[in-house]
Amino acid sequence: MTDQLSRVFAALADPTRRDMVARLTEGDHTVNDLAAPYDVSLQAVSKHLKVLEDAGLVTRTREAQRRPVHLEAEVFDLMTKWIERYRQQAEERFSRLDAVLAAMDEQDNPTTGIRTEGTAS
Amino acid sequence: MTTTQNRDTRYTEAAIEADAKVPAIHIWRDFDASPSQLFRAHTDPQLFARWSGPSSVGAEITEWDAREGGCWRYTARGIDGRDEFETSFHGCFHTVREDRIVQTFTWDGMPDSVALETMTFEDLGDGRTRLHAVSLCDSFEDRDAWLRSGMEVGVNDGYAAIDRLLAEGAL
Repeated sequence: MTDQLSRVFAALADPTRRDMVARLTEGDHTVNDLAAPYDVSLQAVSKHLKVLEDAGLVTRTREAQRRPVHLEAEVFDLMTKWIERYRQQAEERFSRLDAVLAAMDEQDNPTTGIRTEGTAS
Repeated sequence: MTTTQNRDTRYTEAAIEADAKVPAIHIWRDFDASPSQLFRAHTDPQLFARWSGPSSVGAEITEWDAREGGCWRYTARGIDGRDEFETSFHGCFHTVREDRIVQTFTWDGMPDSVALETMTFEDLGDGRTRLHAVSLCDSFEDRDAWLRSGMEVGVNDGYAAIDRLLAEGAL
């Protein structure tokens, strides 16, 4: 589990691989389809695919002649959830910081509420 | 996962990004406050204790010297489900400026993993200030461990523990 998530992150650390994943969210593609927009060899694309496969992000159908590449959305969701939880925790902290800043504001610019002592007589 | 931020974006809620090129985590958040207020909330120990720490219990600060070369240390206590937990963090201030704080950050549970944290406070010019925090970790593994730190122990981890116990002949 832990290892897989680390592999997912490492796999997505490369811009070409991220782009491939983004395109696979629209649907399955053959290797040739996937390789078309990139200025790299088919061999390099296959290497990228191997990294994505090892991370469990994509699978390749054995049956079909074309062996299309398929995105395993579940793995992708897992990582997204993971980051989202971290984000929520940060947001909870920042909400508390909002309250602290609001209280500071009252002290810095007491524009409302109780007037201070020593008003003009 | 790009690390370019759009000038027109409003970060009314925390936005987070795992950097693709280096083992870093970026967080952006806008506050209804001046840069100097945000700076004080990060450097005044009484104020800091009221909002920071991983739980609503807050942090108990045991050491605090918010000057260049000064160090900080705090303990956070909380309840995780039914279990009470206590965990501590420490680090040193490297840069302490109204618009920028740079510090080291270590979770005492992994004392050899030291992150470098850079927080910048950008005046948005309309009474609000943007916080951009970058935590640069030692390695992608450490960075990912941080991101995972918020997760409950998954079912798979439970299975992994059973596997270990089986391997050790403990079951």
